[in-house]
Amino acid sequence: MSTIDRTPAHATNGNGKPYKVIGTRPIRHDGVDKVTGRAKYGADIHLSGLIYGVVLRSPHAHAKIRSIDVSQALALPGVRAVVTHKDLREPGDRIVELGEGAVNLRHLSNNILAADKVLYKGHAVAAVAADSVHIAEQAAGLIKVDYETLPAVIDVEAAMKPSAPLLHADLFTDELGQKAKAPSNVAKHFRFEKGDIAKGFAQAKVVIEREFRTATVHQGYIEPHNATAMWNADGYITVWTSTQGSFTVRQQVAELVNAPISHVKVIPMEIGGGFGGKIRVYLEPVAAILSKRTGKPVKVLMSRADVFEGTGPTPASYIRVKLGVGSDGKITAAETYMAYEAGAYPGSPIGAGAMCIFACYDIPNGRIDGYDVVVNKPQTSAYRAPGATNAAFALETVVDEACEQLKIDPLEFRLKNGVKEGSRRVDGPVFPRIGMMETVEAVKKSEHWNTPLTGKHRGRGVASGFWFNCGLKSSASATVNPDGTVALVEGSTDIGGSRTGIAMQLAETLGIAATDVVPTVGDTDSVGYTDVTGGSRVTFATGYAAYEAARDIQRQMVERAARIWEVDAAKVSYENGGVTGPDGKRFSFKELAEQINKTGEPIVGRGTVDPEGCGGAFATHVVDVEVDPETGKVDIIRYTAAQDVGTAIHPSYVEGQIQGGTVQGIGWGLNEEYFYDAAGTMRNSTFLDYRIPTCYDLPMIDTLVVEVPNPGHPYGVRGVGEVPIVPPPAALANAIYRAVGVRMKQLPMSPPNVLKEILRKGASK
Amino acid sequence: MAKRRVVTTTINGRQTEFLCEPRQTLLEVLRDTLDLTGAKEGCANGNCGACTVLMNGRPVDSCLVLGVETEGAVLETIEGVAPVDGLDPIQQAFLENAALQCGICTPGFIMSCKSLLAENSDPTENDIRFYLAGNLCRCTGYDKIVRAVLDAAKKRNAEPAPA
Repeated sequence: MSTIDRTPAHATNGNGKPYKVIGTRPIRHDGVDKVTGRAKYGADIHLSGLIYGVVLRSPHAHAKIRSIDVSQALALPGVRAVVTHKDLREPGDRIVELGEGAVNLRHLSNNILAADKVLYKGHAVAAVAADSVHIAEQAAGLIKVDYETLPAVIDVEAAMKPSAPLLHADLFTDELGQKAKAPSNVAKHFRFEKGDIAKGFAQAKVVIEREFRTATVHQGYIEPHNATAMWNADGYITVWTSTQGSFTVRQQVAELVNAPISHVKVIPMEIGGGFGGKIRVYLEPVAAILSKRTGKPVKVLMSRADVFEGTGPTPASYIRVKLGVGSDGKITAAETYMAYEAGAYPGSPIGAGAMCIFACYDIPNGRIDGYDVVVNKPQTSAYRAPGATNAAFALETVVDEACEQLKIDPLEFRLKNGVKEGSRRVDGPVFPRIGMMETVEAVKKSEHWNTPLTGKHRGRGVASGFWFNCGLKSSASATVNPDGTVALVEGSTDIGGSRTGIAMQLAETLGIAATDVVPTVGDTDSVGYTDVTGGSRVTFATGYAAYEAARDIQRQMVERAARIWEVDAAKVSYENGGVTGPDGKRFSFKELAEQINKTGEPIVGRGTVDPEGCGGAFATHVVDVEVDPETGKVDIIRYTAAQDVGTAIHPSYVEGQIQGGTVQGIGWGLNEEYFYDAAGTMRNSTFLDYRIPTCYDLPMIDTLVVEVPNPGHPYGVRGVGEVPIVPPPAALANAIYRAVGVRMKQLPMSPPNVLKEILRKGASK
Repeated sequence: MAKRRVVTTTINGRQTEFLCEPRQTLLEVLRDTLDLTGAKEGCANGNCGACTVLMNGRPVDSCLVLGVETEGAVLETIEGVAPVDGLDPIQQAFLENAALQCGICTPGFIMSCKSLLAENSDPTENDIRFYLAGNLCRCTGYDKIVRAVLDAAKKRNAEPAPA
C-alpha cells in the first residue's frame, strides 16, 4: 500500500505573516545528540558507587498485607537495604496541586509503597537495593509477604453496585457536594446543567440515546519509568529522572520523604515519552529512601510489565448519551451519564471528560452527570487530553447517527451547530476566539473530502474534538553571549522538540536566527519554577516566558546602547534585530552583544509568566477505512486531521504532534486494551500483546494546519499536543458504519469486536 | 554468581573484549559494561526494537542476544554510525524531516534503517513500513520517519559511489 504519493506537500513557512523565524523549520537543537545515541535519558546515567534498586510488586489485585518478612532478602550477599511503606513519611490526607491535577498525598504515598492493603496487581510493596540489579531481583524474590486475598472488582459498572467489594473503607461518595453516609467505590458524583432539558427534548424531531463502553489503555511511552537518587550526608537529595515536570517531582519527593523542597534538586534527564503518564512519581521517593539507607546513589528502573501493571493507564469508562435534534438540524438538548474508572485511588479524568463531551457544539439545554469510581486497577494518570477521547467516541457517534436519520451531511451539521466565539459550554465557560468552524471548513475544502471513496466495504467517517489546553507557570532566563548568541535556560522538560519552539520565539523577538539561541532545560536549582510539560502548555506558556526574557534583553540593550552613545535612552529603540538611536545610530544585535562585557554589566533577560488566555483547541478528522467482513479487521486507507493551532511556530513539530496524537487515537480506537482475567491480573502486559500501532498498520497522516491566532499569546500560539488524540476512535467508528453498516459502541474496535457486530447484524436480517 | 567469561568482539570497527556473566544480555553488556547507552531498553523482550544493533550485518534486538553469544561477532551500534566529521545521511535525513520527537526509539530506527538500505537501496513506502514494523515509535505516528527513510535513500543514491 502506498499512501505518500497522494499526500500533498506540507505547507511551508509564511502564511503571509511578518515573521522571520516563526513558521520556519530549523533542525532542533538537541537533534544531533538524539540521532547519535549521545542524548542521556534517565536510564543512561552512571554515577560512581552506583547501586541498583528493584521493586517487589503485588501478585494479587486486592489483598490485605498481614506481614512482610525481609530477613532472608537482607541476608543475601550484596544486598544493602530493603524498604517498605514504613520508611516513607505518613503525610496524612493533604491535597496538593501537582500542576495538572490535585493529589491526595496519603494516596500517593500508598501508591508508591502499599501500606496495609494492595489495591491492584503490580502495586508496589517493598524495594531492595543491592550491588547489582540481578542480586536485587533475587533478593526481592526472598521477601515474604503474607497476604489475605480479597475479592477484586475491575469494572466500573460492577464497582458502582452496592454489593461490590470495597477498596477503601473510608471512601464516602461526594454526592453533588454532600458526603454520603455509607462507604462506596464511587468517589464523586457531580452535575453540570444548562437550560431545560425536558423542554429541549420535547422540541426535538429525533432523539437518540446510546450506551458506550471503552477499555483501559496505556500511554505506551517507549521509555520505562526510571529514577536515580543520591541522599547526601548533609541532607541534600539529588534526583535524576525522566519526568514531565522536574518541579512537581521535587515537590512530591520532598513531601513523601519529609525533606524541605530546597533540599531536593531534580535534574531532568531526556525523557522518552510521557503523554501525561510521567507527572506523578513512582520510583523517585523509593530511590531516595534507598539511598538514605545505604549512603550510595541508587538507580531504579521499571520493566515493561511494571509500566503496564504499575503506572497510570487511562480509564475504562461507561458513557450514556442522549441527543435531541430538531427538524432544522439544530441540537435542542443533550444529556449524558459518564462513569470513569479512577483505578485504585480517586481522581479519574472524569471532570475534564465531562467538560469536553459537548464542547464542540452549541447546546441550548444540557445535563452532564459524572462519576469517579475506584476499581482494582493501577491508579489512572493523565493521557493526552485526559478524559476527552472516551467522551468524543460516545458523543460523535451519536451525532453521526443523528445526521444519518435527518439526512444531514456531517460537516454541515457541524457548521450549523459548532461552537464559536461567545458560545457557552454546558458547564459554564464562554468561548473566546476559537477555531472549531475553521477546522470543519478546512476538511470541507480538502482534496480528501472532495475525492469520492469507492470500493466494497469501504467507508468514510468524520469526528471533531475539543481540548482546553492550559497556561500555568513558566520561567526562562537568557544570557547574551559576546558572539551575538543567546544562552536560554528554560524549565520545561522537552518531550518532542519544544526547546526549539521556545528558542524560536526568543529568536523572533530579538530578530536573530533560531540557530543563534542555545537552549537548555534547567534543573530545579538553575531555573525558575515551571509547571509540568502537559496541558499542551509548553510552546504557549514557556514560549511566552522566552518572549518576556527577550523583551527584558531588549530593554537592557536599549539602555546599554544609550550609555555607549551618550544619548537619552528614550530616544533609543529596539527594532529589526538591533538597536536604533538618533542621527542614524545603529547597532545590530551582534555588534552590541560584542560590546556588552566591555561596557558594563552582563545582560541577562528574565521571563516569568502565569498566562490566562491559552485558548481552546479544536480538531476535525476524516478517515477512510476498509473493513474485512470475514475477520472484522479494519484497515485505514486514508487519514486527514485538521486542527486549529493558533500559530505554528515550528510547522514540522506541529504536524508531528497532530500525526502522533492521531495515531495514538487510532491505536485506542482499533487495538489497544488491557485484558484482565477473573482474578484481576492483566494478561497482556507486553508490547507484543498490548499492541500499539506499528508503521505497517498505518498510512501517511495528512495534516491541515489551521491558524486562528490566539489573542492570549504574543505570537498567537495555541497548544497543539493533546486534541489530536480525541477524534480518531469516533471518526473510525463512523467510517466502519459507512463501510459495513454496524454501529460500534465499544472500544477497541478490534477484529473480534467488529466481527461480533457484523455477525449479529447478519443474524438479525 | 556464575563465573564470568571473556568475550572478544569487534564493536564499531575496534576489537573489544569484555567480561560478562552467561545470563547478561548483549544490551546489558553494551549499556552497563561498555557504556554504549545509545541502545535503549524499552521492553527487554524483543517487541519494541529500541535496542536494535547490527550483528554481523543483520539487525538484532540486543535484548534477545546473550553477551556470550557475540564471541567473534562484528557489532555495530548507533555510536558507530556517524563518521568522525559529521553525520550519516540517514541521521541527517531524520533531523531534516523532523522524524523524532522524544528520540528514545531513534537509535533503533536508524540501525534498522541502515540495514534496510544496505539490502534495498531504493525501497518503496510499503517496503519501509514492512521492514520497520519491528521498531515501535509512540510519538510520531511514523509519517515523518517513513519520509526520512525515503529521503535518506534518495540522497544516498544521488551521491557518487565511493572511488
